[in-house]
Amino acid sequence: MNRTRQLHAWLLLLPALAMLAAFTHIPVISTLFNSFYESPIAGKPGQFIGADNFRFVLDDDIFWKVLWNNFWYALITVPASIALSLIMAIWVNSRLSGRAIIRLAYFTPTVLPMIAVANIWLFFYTPEIGLINNLLEALGFEGQNWLGDPDLALPSLMVMTIWKEAGFFMIFYLAALQSMDTSLYEAAAIENAGRWQTFKRITWPLLMPTTLFILINALINAFKLVDHLFILTKGGPNNASNLLLYYIYENAFSFFDTAYAATLTSILLFILALLAWFQFGFLDKKVHYR
Amino acid sequence: MMTGAFSQVKGIGYISLPERLAAWLLGFLWILPLLFAFWAAFHPSEYTTHFDLFAPLTLEHFVSAWDQAPFARYMLNTIVITTLILVCQLVLCTLAGFALARMSFKGKGLVMALVMMQLMVMPEVLIVENYKTLANLELIDSWLGVGLPYMASAFGIFLLRQTFATVPQALDDAARIEGCSLLQVLWKVYVPQARSVYLAYALVSISYHWNNFLWPLVVTNTEASRPLTVGMAIFGAPESGVDWPIICAGTLIAVSPLLAAFLIFQKQFVQSFMKAGIK
Repeated sequence: MNRTRQLHAWLLLLPALAMLAAFTHIPVISTLFNSFYESPIAGKPGQFIGADNFRFVLDDDIFWKVLWNNFWYALITVPASIALSLIMAIWVNSRLSGRAIIRLAYFTPTVLPMIAVANIWLFFYTPEIGLINNLLEALGFEGQNWLGDPDLALPSLMVMTIWKEAGFFMIFYLAALQSMDTSLYEAAAIENAGRWQTFKRITWPLLMPTTLFILINALINAFKLVDHLFILTKGGPNNASNLLLYYIYENAFSFFDTAYAATLTSILLFILALLAWFQFGFLDKKVHYR
Repeated sequence: MMTGAFSQVKGIGYISLPERLAAWLLGFLWILPLLFAFWAAFHPSEYTTHFDLFAPLTLEHFVSAWDQAPFARYMLNTIVITTLILVCQLVLCTLAGFALARMSFKGKGLVMALVMMQLMVMPEVLIVENYKTLANLELIDSWLGVGLPYMASAFGIFLLRQTFATVPQALDDAARIEGCSLLQVLWKVYVPQARSVYLAYALVSISYHWNNFLWPLVVTNTEASRPLTVGMAIFGAPESGVDWPIICAGTLIAVSPLLAAFLIFQKQFVQSFMKAGIK
């Protein structure tokens, strides 16, 4: 009886596990494997070249630039969108007139495809006829070449990313706020605690698990979401706004250097593994609220 | 009465006037790109950056956009791909989620870890290897090719596992005593109990795959399988020299089905994302 139970369990799991193996586990292994080989030339498999690909990566100035860009991109967009989403959630959860409309406005970017809204943002950023420059010039400031200036291209992408992500994260905070025990707040009100104190002592600690959940998702997204690059900058000018996954795409599908793309993917996998370790080995032990 | 009065002053619901204004302003900024797209798409080109409340309305940009790109075909592709993925996800995740929630077998912990790995390493990251796999299967430029890497979803498995684990064991036992087989128990007891979770998951999955871009870009070559997002990227590319108002009209065509669904089922959408987030 127990054996048939076991067999049934495996049969139920089989379809999902087979698909996961085919499109997640085996590709991960072959990515690592291929990063020690040359790219195949004219259909012939490449030679084993040891750690040469990794040496190329370490000597590749563009790689370092891209990694640095991605680091800044995560460092700015993740805290900014989390902070903004928390403020949004608190506002939408308060007695605000027309809050249904405001919640809708905050959340709308989430349901729109990045690629479609990037087209609209492109128009905002365009020099000469772009909306932002028109507005600046009307106020007497000088317009900027937002996407063409190496110093401004990445920050311009960041602004759009924050716009896209904040409303999505707001939902998780809102869910957490709505499931909170109101008696703590009543106690705080009786104690005459100020709003900032109430937030610092009650809301923020209770929201910690949500914040960490959002933090991990935001960090993964910072390495995964590159759709807008295809429309806005294509990583340019001169890789000033290039990000790791976009650079992988370029190597694999524009330069056809699949071995190099595999090597870069291995590095991305390593970063994601660090994030996983950070989440399961570190954060989960520190948070006891759940 | 007392607590009510207190919370009026400084409790949960309180919000000051400057904050109210800030909340409204932020909402306006957040919806601005969409408002602008509507403005540009429905007015003649000379009004694109010139705001005039009495500017004449026109549909010409929609006509040109519709003529310049095969939107109907793109839309069909998106609908087929999204549906295909969702149906397969629901079946695979239900079976796996049930096994992980209610059956004991050797190596369960390892299976769980292998499943959860996909939450970190999503198919987007593995485009290079998955492209090779799809090429070997001769599925490049097909609906199935776009869908395959997403059909087993760690997120769906986890969500259903959590839900199935809360179904009372007594219901399960009762169904078995009545002579139901394993799959009948799953279908008659567990699936109906998880109805709202299925709805939540479906909405999250649909909006994800309707909007997905990188993998479909890699794996499609022609309009036979290209979804709306990839079509939009080609349509909006500066090389194709299309006017702004036409791009805005095209963008609205592309997002309109999802946007309409979102506006109609707003509450369900927001609650679904919430539910999916809490687990």
